[in-house]
Amino acid sequence: MSETIVPTRVYYTVFAVLLFCTGLTTFVAFFDLGFFSPVVALTIAVFKASIVALFFMHLRYSTRLTWVVAGAGIFWLGILFALSLSDYMTRAWGRI
Amino acid sequence: METTEALALPKTHYLNAEYGIRSWLLTTDHKRIAILYLISITLFFAVGATFAGVIRLELLTPAGDLVSDDTYNKMFTMHGIVMIFLFLIPSIPAVFGNFFVPMMIGARDLAFPKINLLSWYVYVVGAIFTLVAITAGGVDTGWTFYTPFSTQASNSNVLTAAIGVFIAGFSSILTGLNFIVTIHRMRAPGMTWMKMPLFLWSIYATALINVLGTPVLAITLLLVAVERAFHLGIFNPAYGGDPVLFQHLFWFYSHPAVYIMILPSMGVVSELIAAFTRHSVFGYKAVAFSSLAIAVLGFLVWGHHMFVAGISVYSAMIFSVLSFLVAIPSAIKVFNWTATLYKGSVSLDAPMLYALGFIGLFTVGGLTGLFLASLGVDVQVHDTYFVIAHFHYIMVGGALMGYLGAIHYWWPKMTGRLYNEIWAKLAALTVFLGFNLTFFPQFILGYLGMPRRYHAYPPEFQALNVLSTAGATVLGIGYLMPLIYLLLSLKYGRVAGPNPWKATGLEWQTPSPPPTFNFDRTPIVTKPPYSYEQQEADLA
Amino acid sequence: MPDVASPQEPPTSHVSQTPHVPGEPHLMHHFDDMEQQRETATLGMWVFLVTEVLFFGGLFAAYMIYRVWYPTTFGVASRQLNIYSGAGMTVVLITSSLTMAMAVHAAAQGLRRRIMGFLGLTLFLGIVFVALKGMEYYHEYLEHHIPGHGFQIVGADPNHAQIFFSLYFIMTGLHALHMFIGFGLLLTMMYMAWRNYFSAKWHTPVEVAGLYWHFVDIIWIFLFPLLYLVDRHR
Repeated sequence: MSETIVPTRVYYTVFAVLLFCTGLTTFVAFFDLGFFSPVVALTIAVFKASIVALFFMHLRYSTRLTWVVAGAGIFWLGILFALSLSDYMTRAWGRI
Repeated sequence: METTEALALPKTHYLNAEYGIRSWLLTTDHKRIAILYLISITLFFAVGATFAGVIRLELLTPAGDLVSDDTYNKMFTMHGIVMIFLFLIPSIPAVFGNFFVPMMIGARDLAFPKINLLSWYVYVVGAIFTLVAITAGGVDTGWTFYTPFSTQASNSNVLTAAIGVFIAGFSSILTGLNFIVTIHRMRAPGMTWMKMPLFLWSIYATALINVLGTPVLAITLLLVAVERAFHLGIFNPAYGGDPVLFQHLFWFYSHPAVYIMILPSMGVVSELIAAFTRHSVFGYKAVAFSSLAIAVLGFLVWGHHMFVAGISVYSAMIFSVLSFLVAIPSAIKVFNWTATLYKGSVSLDAPMLYALGFIGLFTVGGLTGLFLASLGVDVQVHDTYFVIAHFHYIMVGGALMGYLGAIHYWWPKMTGRLYNEIWAKLAALTVFLGFNLTFFPQFILGYLGMPRRYHAYPPEFQALNVLSTAGATVLGIGYLMPLIYLLLSLKYGRVAGPNPWKATGLEWQTPSPPPTFNFDRTPIVTKPPYSYEQQEADLA
Repeated sequence: MPDVASPQEPPTSHVSQTPHVPGEPHLMHHFDDMEQQRETATLGMWVFLVTEVLFFGGLFAAYMIYRVWYPTTFGVASRQLNIYSGAGMTVVLITSSLTMAMAVHAAAQGLRRRIMGFLGLTLFLGIVFVALKGMEYYHEYLEHHIPGHGFQIVGADPNHAQIFFSLYFIMTGLHALHMFIGFGLLLTMMYMAWRNYFSAKWHTPVEVAGLYWHFVDIIWIFLFPLLYLVDRHR
């Protein structure tokens, strides 16, 4: 992590965006988007989490190693989800 | 062996720098913490071995006549829990990793010495919970805690045991975290990744698994505990829960866990093969990257424990293919070790005997793993003694032999004393013979259909079971022998000096036992690892 | 020839509190300089946060599987929760992340009063969050949504709905536990700031505490839509 002091206006901007996204996701939840409802909600959540990580947690200003560490965590979570789903989504296949 | 001038122990070293129980219980010296772990895990090895003894005694006769079926269930459960979580998982990393990681990279200590001490206390607390579970009547679910038996039906101390393992898991996480950060940030100048001894690559790969896998075990055991305590239904089919979900979450950790148990031993074998053939390990990069490959691929194969549990056959096929893939880096290591032996100056000291034993026995264990990865074969031999033989070849024939090899190799460095070489060679031979006599018959038993976790069996299986129990007795003797001659060496052993094996590596550049801060000044590394040819040239 | 100087006399103290580099009282004995110490501390916290990702991740995996299995029930159960309470809690926690970032910013400038002020604000907002959560738990208790005997729900299979609520309580409960640990960290940082421990040169503990706090916020950022926003359009 570098010693760059992030200007406070960056923090306030991120804060405003986070508040907006919270309002947005709550508002959008009342509309029937069918299959896309959870997709939209999770996309907004991922976006919020990313800007918290990048700016509040200074990931944007951090070393490559820190990026690899953070990425590894997400990737490994992905392994858990993907291979578990490979079972659950295919259990009904081939059934008459 | 050339005669050496009279060697003396250094005046002050990490063992006598301070006296008193407080200097040990409040130490932040990684070497002292390693010794604390050594004592604790040896104790739990004895506990786990006792349960194994009861199992093998019961299986001498076809009838279930030594203990009741309930008690037998508790015996194999507690054998598994203690041996895996309280012995094998910590073993090499907590003892030899703690002791030698800083020394091998030229550092004065690990990145977080206080967290290191905390990890030992966390281990002890977890171990105490497990001991309480054992003494308060035991646990009978199998070390795998399968639901809904563990959450609904079992009458044993599941909650206490789950909490104990949960806590002990955090010890692994803290150790792994410490090693990762240390290896990244505290290498001495000149110690690039490619100059590190292969033991460090293995420890690093193990630490990755510890950090990425153990938390999932923790949450799984927490769910089991909460479900049992509050009668929830997350894993209970009566409530619409899925017992197989427990297995997915459990094996997501527990498969990589077996790589936690074998990778450090592989790292030790690399060190031993290099030192006792006086040769750099053939294909250093391949071996180093294979360690990482095993760690990563190991996370993709957990479903092979669940082929007959009710997962979809398509998922099973994916896991089967991935399980074949994970064998490749292990095979690369075996080939490279063998190539190292070629035209090496081989000396068959006790550590080397364990290393050679490892290569043979691990190969058998690894190949039988491929049989199990094949769906068709697995349907036949799942939950039989074939599986038991497979994993004991890896965990005892592999991991434990590596651990014994590490003890014999680094004992002179850690204690300043040499042990009796003749007894050590005899013990290695006894262990090897006893081990094979114990576990090879179990492959046959499993193939013929003897189920695991049964305390009674059809009479036609008795002959092989008797052989196995006889082997276990020999094996037990083989394990007792080092306990005796190693302890005796503390008083009567010859002084070892800094480098009795004339090995390369920064740890051999310090006195035996080393001083508290390892190095007076941070060393500057210029030579590649295992530079035996250069060592020869320097001595000439 | 060994490529390292052979160690001579033993060190005078084994505990690292005496500075081994003059003018650097915070430098621990096993580090060569403050930069190494700071990088190590922050890397350590990031690695720890990865373990937390996997720890919570198991719960998210269980949630995901059961939402795939019982989508309608999850919708009915989710609608039992108060969306405005959930959104309110989200706003509170996001604000606490802002104040935490401001505290770290103040620490990087060595502004003692400001550090304590922002840390205190973060702590206050965290307590507000947990209080709101407690009120919500009480409300669920009154509605008979606590899994076990006496569980009641209208319009969905009670067994499957209990799985939703089990996950709800475990996931938010574990999150709240992490908040409490965060309170301990904040109080410790406030105490250290009060004792003038931090300066522009050394304030890494505040940075590291900040990383932890933001992570707990991130967990909630995912919990909110997954628990409160399922099938809200019905």
